[in-house]
Amino acid sequence: MAETEIKNFNINFGPQHPAAHGVLRMVLEMDGEIVDRADPHVGLLHRGTEKLIEYKTYLQAVPYFDRLDYVAPQNQEHAFALAVEKLLNIEVPPRGQYIRVLYAEIGRILNHILNIGSYAMDVGAMTPMLWSFEHREILMEFCERVCGARLHMAYFRPGGVAFDMPPGLAEDIGKWADTFPAFIDDLETLLTENRIFKQRTVDIAVVTAEQCYDWGFTGPNLRASGIAWDLRKAQPYDVYDKMDFDIPTGKFGDCYDRYLVRMYEMRESIKIIHQCLEQMPAGACKVDDQKVSPPSRGDMKKSMESLIHHFKLYTEGYHVPAGETYTAVEAPKGEFAVFLVSDGTNKPYRCKIRAPGFAHLAAMEMMSKGHMLADVVAVIGSIDIVFGEIDR
Amino acid sequence: MVDFWFNYIWPVAWIVIKIVAIVIPVMLSVAYLTLAERKIIGGMQLRKGPNIVGPFGLLQPIADGLKLFLKETIIPSGASRGVFILAPCVTFVLALVAWSVIPFGDGMVLADINVGILFLFAISSLGVYGILMAGWASNSMYAFLGALRSAAQMVSYELAMGFIIITVLMCVGSLNLTDIVMAQKGEYGMLNWFGVLMFPMAVIFFISTLAETNRHPFDMPEAEAELVAGYNVEYSAMAFALFFLGEYANMILMSGMTSVLFLGGWLPPVDIAPFNMIPGPIWFAAKIAFCLFIFIWVRATFPRYRYDQLMRLGWKVFLPLSLAAVVIVASVLVAFDLAPQV
Repeated sequence: MAETEIKNFNINFGPQHPAAHGVLRMVLEMDGEIVDRADPHVGLLHRGTEKLIEYKTYLQAVPYFDRLDYVAPQNQEHAFALAVEKLLNIEVPPRGQYIRVLYAEIGRILNHILNIGSYAMDVGAMTPMLWSFEHREILMEFCERVCGARLHMAYFRPGGVAFDMPPGLAEDIGKWADTFPAFIDDLETLLTENRIFKQRTVDIAVVTAEQCYDWGFTGPNLRASGIAWDLRKAQPYDVYDKMDFDIPTGKFGDCYDRYLVRMYEMRESIKIIHQCLEQMPAGACKVDDQKVSPPSRGDMKKSMESLIHHFKLYTEGYHVPAGETYTAVEAPKGEFAVFLVSDGTNKPYRCKIRAPGFAHLAAMEMMSKGHMLADVVAVIGSIDIVFGEIDR
Repeated sequence: MVDFWFNYIWPVAWIVIKIVAIVIPVMLSVAYLTLAERKIIGGMQLRKGPNIVGPFGLLQPIADGLKLFLKETIIPSGASRGVFILAPCVTFVLALVAWSVIPFGDGMVLADINVGILFLFAISSLGVYGILMAGWASNSMYAFLGALRSAAQMVSYELAMGFIIITVLMCVGSLNLTDIVMAQKGEYGMLNWFGVLMFPMAVIFFISTLAETNRHPFDMPEAEAELVAGYNVEYSAMAFALFFLGEYANMILMSGMTSVLFLGGWLPPVDIAPFNMIPGPIWFAAKIAFCLFIFIWVRATFPRYRYDQLMRLGWKVFLPLSLAAVVIVASVLVAFDLAPQV
C-alpha cells in the first residue's frame, strides 16, 4: 500500500463557543484529540479604550476602566485613580483608602468566585457556578448600596471615592464576611478533593517559574508556580501595608494549583475585609481639594465658589501637571497597570493599559501544546481570561 | 369472517394496543423526566427550576416539545441529507424498540422472549449507530469528534456491562427477563435482590449505564465545554427533539434494566402486608425513578472525565473488575453447588 500523508485538521474554537470565555477565537490544529498548535486570535472586542481616553477628561476616563475587566471593575479603577493621584501629587484621606481597599478585595472575591465557577463549568461541573452566583449577587448588592451601580461602579475616583459608605453597610459586609468562609468550604467539597476534578487539572499545563518570567505571568497564575510576588505586599498602595495577610503560592504551576491559589486568596481577602472594617477611621473619603473633588451638594446651594468649582470640574475637568507614571495594582487577574502621560492639559496625553490577561493568553500555545482538546478548555478556565481587558 | 377477525385482525390490533400502552407512558415519562431533572438540579443548585409554565412548571415539557415541533428543521448545506435525517430516527426508534421485552409486572410484557436480555443488550448497542451517523452526516468537526468519541466510549463500556450481565445470568440460569426477576423473589425480600447480593457488580453496572447513555460524567460525545454539543450540534427542531427523546428514553430504559437485573424488577422490597399490596408496576416505576434520581444527582455533582481518562477507566479498571467478578461468581456457584439447575 502506498504511503499516505495524514493531515491534521483544524478546529475553529470560538468566537461563539461556550468555553471560550467571551470572544476568544482559537484556531486549533488537532492531531486526533491532541492539540498540535493553538493560535489565539484577539481583537474581536477591541473598542479603542486607550484612544478614547485621550479625548476625555481624567474623570470621564474612569468608567472606561470598569469596562475592561468587567468581572472585577473596582480594581481597574483603582489603578487609574492611583496613577492620576500620583501625577496630581495628592494623598487620599485614610477613610477613602480603607474603603478602596475594602472594595478592591470585594472585587477580588467577585472575580475569583466567577472564575472558579466558570472553570468548574468548563471541566463539566455545573453546580459550583450557580452556587457562586448566589454570592456574587450579594457582593454586587454591596456595590450597589455604596454607589448605585451593581457592576460598572465608577466609584474609585482620583482623590478618593465618589461617596461615603451609607450607614449599616459596614455591618452587613462584616456579617457576610463571617458566612463566606463556610461557602468556600462547601465549594471545596465539590472540587478540591474530587477525583475527577483532580484528574482533569493536576499536571495539566504545567508552567515553571522560569516560563512564568519569560511569558510575563502575574497574579494567581504566577503565584501558582511558586513565586510569592504580590504587588499588595511588594509595593503596597493605599493601606495594604497596614493589612496582615498571606500570599498563597502553589508548588507545581499546573491548573490545579492555579485553582487552589484562587481559593486561598479568597480566604485572605476575607481577612483583609475584616481588618478594613475594624480599622476604618471616620472622616472624609475624598481629598478636601475642590480643584479635584467636587463640592458637596449642600455647599453648592449656598456658596458661589462651590458652584463654580462644580461647574468647572464637570465641564473642563482638572488640569494634571505634566509628567508620566506607571502605576500598577494587584488586580485579581494579575498586575494591572496604567501608564499615564500628562502634558499639563485636562486630558491624558497617552494612557497605555497593561492588562494581565493579554500576557496569559499569549502563553496559550505554550500551555496547551501536546495536551488534549478537553485540556485546552481547562487551561482557558485556569488562566482566567476576560476579553474586555485583553482587547481593550 | 368472524374467524378471520379473531384469528388475524384482533391479535394484531391487540399487539398495537399494547404497544401504544407502552409507548405513550414512556413518552410521557421522558417529557416529565426532563422536568424532574431541571427541578432536581435546580434544587441542588439553590434555585427553583422551571416554575412559570403551568402550576409548578408542570406544563414546561409540553411547551418545550411544542416549541421544538414548530421550529424549522435546518439541514446544513454540506450535510448528507438522507443520513442526516435518518440518524435521529434510528436513535429514537431503537430507544423505543427495547421496551418490548421489559417486564412491568408479573406477565406484563409485550414480548416474553427467551433471549430478552440479549435482545436488550443488542438494541442498546445499536444506539451508537444513530450517533455515528449523525456525526458523520453533519459534516462538522465538532459533530465528527463527538461521534468518534461516542463510538469508542459505548463499545468500551458495553464490554464491562456484558460481563456483569453474565454474572447475573449465571445466578439465574435464564436469559428471560421475567425469570431474572423471579429469581430474585424470596422470603427475605430485598436481601434476595442481586443488587444486594452482588453490590459491587451493581455499582459497576450502573456506572457503565451512565457511560452507555452518554450521561455525566461521561457525556464526552456532547461535552458542552469542548465540543459545544457534540454529535447533535447541527440539529434543530424535531430532528434534535428525537435525539433528545431518544437519549432520555435510553436513560429510563437503562434504569429499567438496572431495576430488573439488580433491584428485583416489580418485586416489593419486603414481602409483607402493606408492601405487597402495592401493584408490581408501581414498584418497578419507583425503582426506575430511584435510578434516574441518581443519574441526575451525579450530573449535578461531578465534573466531566477527559476522553482518555474515560477510556482508561473502561478498559483498565472496569473490564478487569468485571472479568474478575465473572470468575468469582462462577467459582462461588460451583464451590457451594448453588448453580441453578436448568
